[in-house]
Amino acid sequence: MPQQRKAETYCLHGITIAILAAILIIAKAPIAVANDETWQDIRASLYGSDRVIHDGEGVIKLDAPDRALDAATVPISVTAEMEQTEEHYIRAVTLVIDENPAPVVGTFHLFPGNGIANISTRVRVNAYTNIRAIAETSDGELYMAQKFVKASGGCSAPASKDHDLAMARLGKMRLKQIGAWRKGEPAEGQFMISHPNYSGMQIDQVTQLWIPARYVRSIELTLGDKPILRFEGDISMSENPMVRFFVRPDAEAELHAKVVDSDEKTFEQSWPIELDPAS
Amino acid sequence: MEMREKGRGDLKEAPSFHPIASSPVQIPRRAFLCTAAVFAATAFTKTAGSIAAEAHLPFIEIADGVFVRYGVQEEMSAANCGAIANIGFIVGDESVAVIDTGTTLQQGAALREAVASVTSRPVSHLIATHVHPDHCFGHAAFSDLPVHSIGHRNLPRALAERGPFYLKRLAEISPDFSDTAYVAPEETVSDTMRIDLGNRPLLLKAWPPAHTDNDLTVFDERTGLLWAADLLFAGRLPTLDGSLTGWLAALDVLLSPDVRQVVPGHGQVSDGVETLQEELAYLTRLRDGVRAAIDEGLDMSATLARLEDDNQLDWLLYDTNHGRNVVAAYTELEWE
Repeated sequence: MPQQRKAETYCLHGITIAILAAILIIAKAPIAVANDETWQDIRASLYGSDRVIHDGEGVIKLDAPDRALDAATVPISVTAEMEQTEEHYIRAVTLVIDENPAPVVGTFHLFPGNGIANISTRVRVNAYTNIRAIAETSDGELYMAQKFVKASGGCSAPASKDHDLAMARLGKMRLKQIGAWRKGEPAEGQFMISHPNYSGMQIDQVTQLWIPARYVRSIELTLGDKPILRFEGDISMSENPMVRFFVRPDAEAELHAKVVDSDEKTFEQSWPIELDPAS
Repeated sequence: MEMREKGRGDLKEAPSFHPIASSPVQIPRRAFLCTAAVFAATAFTKTAGSIAAEAHLPFIEIADGVFVRYGVQEEMSAANCGAIANIGFIVGDESVAVIDTGTTLQQGAALREAVASVTSRPVSHLIATHVHPDHCFGHAAFSDLPVHSIGHRNLPRALAERGPFYLKRLAEISPDFSDTAYVAPEETVSDTMRIDLGNRPLLLKAWPPAHTDNDLTVFDERTGLLWAADLLFAGRLPTLDGSLTGWLAALDVLLSPDVRQVVPGHGQVSDGVETLQEELAYLTRLRDGVRAAIDEGLDMSATLARLEDDNQLDWLLYDTNHGRNVVAAYTELEWE
């Protein structure tokens, strides 16, 4: 009965596929669970275990390279897919790198007056890991976008390339206006501060000599009396912390930066912004 | 010439094939397999500018009493046992200086066997050229010997910060590497240091940040040989992990008039002139390209996209390392 044999063959194929699928699922399960456990712990510490985190689609998008080229400096950017209005806006974006020693990079607090809630920065990536951006909207809902990033190869390390320079230049700040800034329109800026953002280490196992941790704990940017962003962070931010942000200038004013590090040292500077005369 | 004869007095004949494999001394099986695998991997690598032709002799006497094991021009892997850097030793009238020990304990042990196969003089100095694991992570193979362990002033700090991370990476590449450890130098060089192996003075020089912030070179006055380590890459793309402007400044003065022969950290030994010109061309182009992008307000990702495909000199391992160099250059030059 050729017909019947065919049916049996199909049936066997079906079983084979089912078994293969089962093997695949079983084989993959431990990894998925392990990764998820890391994240569940981080999530519980950040938000408690009862808050729902929605899929980020339509709210935020996360861009990061597939592979970290340099473990010390991985550019990531968060793009807001919803408009910032006084009624409904993204009020905070938290970045998490699951497999880093200090997984929470930090939280950027954002404000509706700036028009666009995009943020980009640079982080250290120690291992193959999920990177997550969790947005909290003004109504208290959470939305998450994530991306898996492969660790860098070669001799790349999440470490300083020129330690003496990093310490010598500590506290120096730069502000850059990206493109022309026009009155009443969202415009992009870049802030950076030279700082080792350093996790601390034991330098000599015999003498127990330590170089203590020294990292940027907060960054606060204001334009005149309007808040632009406030960042609270940790050692996963790259050396020389950098952030690109949006601001909507109403008039010529001074942009002010205040940075506090883990030694409770405060760095402050102001820059007059330039507005395009056409505006 | 008399000095040369004297220097070689009790040197055994340079080995004709594989000094380790033909050595009567028992070597650990894993170490043997590892060196054999490197031999096989190298013999069948036929890439432009590769060192395949020489690789059948893991330790080659490239100058009077100077022995080099060429690393393969690849990324570290289990198959090549991480043997990717040039390592070796210099024999004086009384003792031996080892310069870099490779990536693993096995490579360090193989190097120690190679020394024993050509001379009975003891190893007196163990020199690390910089923090990268392909150069100095075989040091532990010499831990039981009363040697002067020497490195750049910044090397202990760099090892403390990066060492544990590198060990984790090595263990991921192969379980065979998991018994590797790093050893910080006991003596450090801030500017220059002179050591003598018996009628064979070596001048050690600590450089300002260039390839890394802990680069050390060794100059052998007898032969005019400069062990430049990773201040020079031949064939394989240089990797930036220190200061681009510092490295360019170092290249201006690296080949002093008394240098006749150069051992690069990777690739062929030569008089160094062409190797230096190629590296200078690459690093200068990298600096100018990144500077221009920063001036135009391009962010790091846009700069990478613009400069990613720019392999002018057919460098080996360009695709795996150039992007990282762009990132490193960007983070340095944005503060100019």
